[in-house]
Amino acid sequence: MSRPAVRSLAPVRPEASLHTLSVLVENKPAVLVRVAGLFSRRGFNIESLAVGPTEHPEVSRMTVVVRVEDAVLEQVTKQLNKLINVLKIVELDKDNAVVRELLLVKVRADDTTRRGVLETVQLFTAKVVDVGPDVLTVEVTGPPAKINAMLEMLERYGIREIVQSGVVALDRGPRAMMVPASRHADRTA
Amino acid sequence: MSTEPETVTGAQSLIRSLELVGAEVVFGIPGGAILPAYDPLFDSTRVRHILTRHEQGAGHAAEGYAQATGKVGVCMATSGPGATNLVTPIADAHMDSVPMVAVTGQVGTAMIGTDAFQEADISGITLPITKHNFLVTNAAEIPRTVAEAFHIAATGRPGPVLVDVPKDLMQSTTTFSWPPTLELPGYRPVTKPHGKQIREAARLIRESRRPVLYVGGGVIKSGAVAQLRQLAELAELPVVTTLMARGAFPDSHPNHLGMPGMHGTVAAVTALQKADLLVAVGTRFDDRVTGRLDSFAPQAQVIHADIDPAEIGKNRVADVPIVGDLKEVFAELLPLIKKDVASGAAPDRASWWEQVNRWRDTYPLGYDDPADGTLAPQYVVEQLGRIAGSDAIYVAGVGQHQMWAAQFISYEKPGTWINSGGLGTMGFSVPAAMGAKVGRPEATVWSIDGDGCFQMTNQELATCALEGIPIKVAVINNGNLGMVRQWQTLFYGERYSQTDLGTHKHRIPDFVKLADAYGCVGLRCETKSDVAGVIEKAMSIDDQPVVVDFIVGADAMVWPMVAAGTSNDDILAARGIRPVFDEEE
Repeated sequence: MSRPAVRSLAPVRPEASLHTLSVLVENKPAVLVRVAGLFSRRGFNIESLAVGPTEHPEVSRMTVVVRVEDAVLEQVTKQLNKLINVLKIVELDKDNAVVRELLLVKVRADDTTRRGVLETVQLFTAKVVDVGPDVLTVEVTGPPAKINAMLEMLERYGIREIVQSGVVALDRGPRAMMVPASRHADRTA
Repeated sequence: MSTEPETVTGAQSLIRSLELVGAEVVFGIPGGAILPAYDPLFDSTRVRHILTRHEQGAGHAAEGYAQATGKVGVCMATSGPGATNLVTPIADAHMDSVPMVAVTGQVGTAMIGTDAFQEADISGITLPITKHNFLVTNAAEIPRTVAEAFHIAATGRPGPVLVDVPKDLMQSTTTFSWPPTLELPGYRPVTKPHGKQIREAARLIRESRRPVLYVGGGVIKSGAVAQLRQLAELAELPVVTTLMARGAFPDSHPNHLGMPGMHGTVAAVTALQKADLLVAVGTRFDDRVTGRLDSFAPQAQVIHADIDPAEIGKNRVADVPIVGDLKEVFAELLPLIKKDVASGAAPDRASWWEQVNRWRDTYPLGYDDPADGTLAPQYVVEQLGRIAGSDAIYVAGVGQHQMWAAQFISYEKPGTWINSGGLGTMGFSVPAAMGAKVGRPEATVWSIDGDGCFQMTNQELATCALEGIPIKVAVINNGNLGMVRQWQTLFYGERYSQTDLGTHKHRIPDFVKLADAYGCVGLRCETKSDVAGVIEKAMSIDDQPVVVDFIVGADAMVWPMVAAGTSNDDILAARGIRPVFDEEE
């Protein structure tokens, strides 16, 4: 379920694969534009992008999913690192990270189909968050594969509308992506 | 120095910051939104403001100043059109890694985003063409922002930084103290190279049989010219210097093969193609150097040292990547090379040198006098270099005259060749020469310009005449957009669409009269026998800018040439003349 947030002119090569980058940035104006602009002008495809606050108010975290070859990924990372407001970049290992998306979906559900929809909702440990006479709004979180699987199951009932968040992800285990201890670097002009 | 906190206006804070950060000269034009800054600037005894005639001129002047002195160049403009007129020089500085700070006024904070009079989102516009930019949102942050802008512009890989200051912040009351503390947690340029990579580089140099030292402009920016020469001499490396690196290594040095690339020497281009090792330092494998990338230096391993990690592996995979300041890279590499040389570990490169020398001897740079009896532009440039000498600073525009200036003047010292390499900005020369002359008033500064380029920015001659900046301009006037015409000759069946400027046919404008109108001395030269005399005459005038209109033939072409999109192996030494290489090995 990938909907490119930023289209690029560069053709996606067959060797390209999905990479998830966790990027810590200074929480400053225009930092999102700087990152997104870099992707578009260097011709990199963004598959998904999520931005949010972190445990440090002056730092935000962007989770960027890109579909690129390994060599291009290195170039993406280096170019991102050149942005003055970017503090740290880590590529998350798919097999060793918790990866989640949030999906809200409005599904057609009348008296004859409601039971089937509810079963699917249960199977995927999703939640019904709004009910109407012929429609249910379902909320589900999970890795992209689960979201896709549920959507496929619901399709037969008729999907009215969906909205989906970008991917957010964290490495498993106790380690944290360290934020530089002192943001007031010990430098003067 | 440090100062006690004092209560000032935002505008005073801005000018005090510029003074204390070390700006000596600001090139600019006032206007509505930047007006508050010009009031305290009026009283400043430490910052000289030079009023240019166009903001583009201010920007290129700041670039010329920066490249002639190694210091940060500063330009200033008002909001909206003032700021957008800086876009070209900012993009130019970004491509050529020129340290520059552009200060722009912005409409008041309450009006930002309302399409107010003379409003333009200049920080948004310059996002992709600055190393970084700031929109100041609080007057108290002015000193820190200015200090950060200069720090970012000058360190690491240098580049342009824009500081946009809303008018109301300049008019508000704030406190000023110096020095501010920089808050740049995400900015940590790596200057010290990795020891393992240095050892690996030394090994490759030791083992290579056909090495070439491929030198880019980063060597000049790092100030590593003396060490570069040591490396070349110790390891007996043939050297090529790119367009941005002319002057980084003396042209008269026996190891020098000249410039590589689209209009490089046959020896430089061919040596790269046949090399088994490229020692690439401070360079970025630009398409104008590599030609078709997949056939560039096909047998070579690559050592690539640069301060910008993103350049390494961008176009060509590096076998030995070295991130660091070249001064520190050479400082660590040279002792290892010395040791290898002392132990006699270096292989015999006599046959490689023999080959390289043969290419150099067989295909030297040259030109013929035009058959139609017109003046050869190459001759003019060559004479200029001979008479003005290697202490003069040469500042070129973009096109044929730029290539001839890169080819036929012998550069012996860094900072004596200034041009627009990456962006290829026509109109760069006159304002950049002005900036260079302000930075190095004791040096003779020659703008070498084309008649097309000259008409884009010659209004700055007024600035030069009034501010006492006696630059000399050699207009290589072939009556045409010469390089475009050359491509039309070669690739468009001699269909000369929109390249005749009329500067020959109609003599519009008359550059001698134009010079006179601008308070400069105007001279004209139309024959070979007059060239030296006119140049001597121009050299003898030191209290006024001089413009020399050299009327040259329209058909002269820049050779050698690697046609765009083709392989360096297909270099033509002259029209229809493909070098013949002895295929030994």
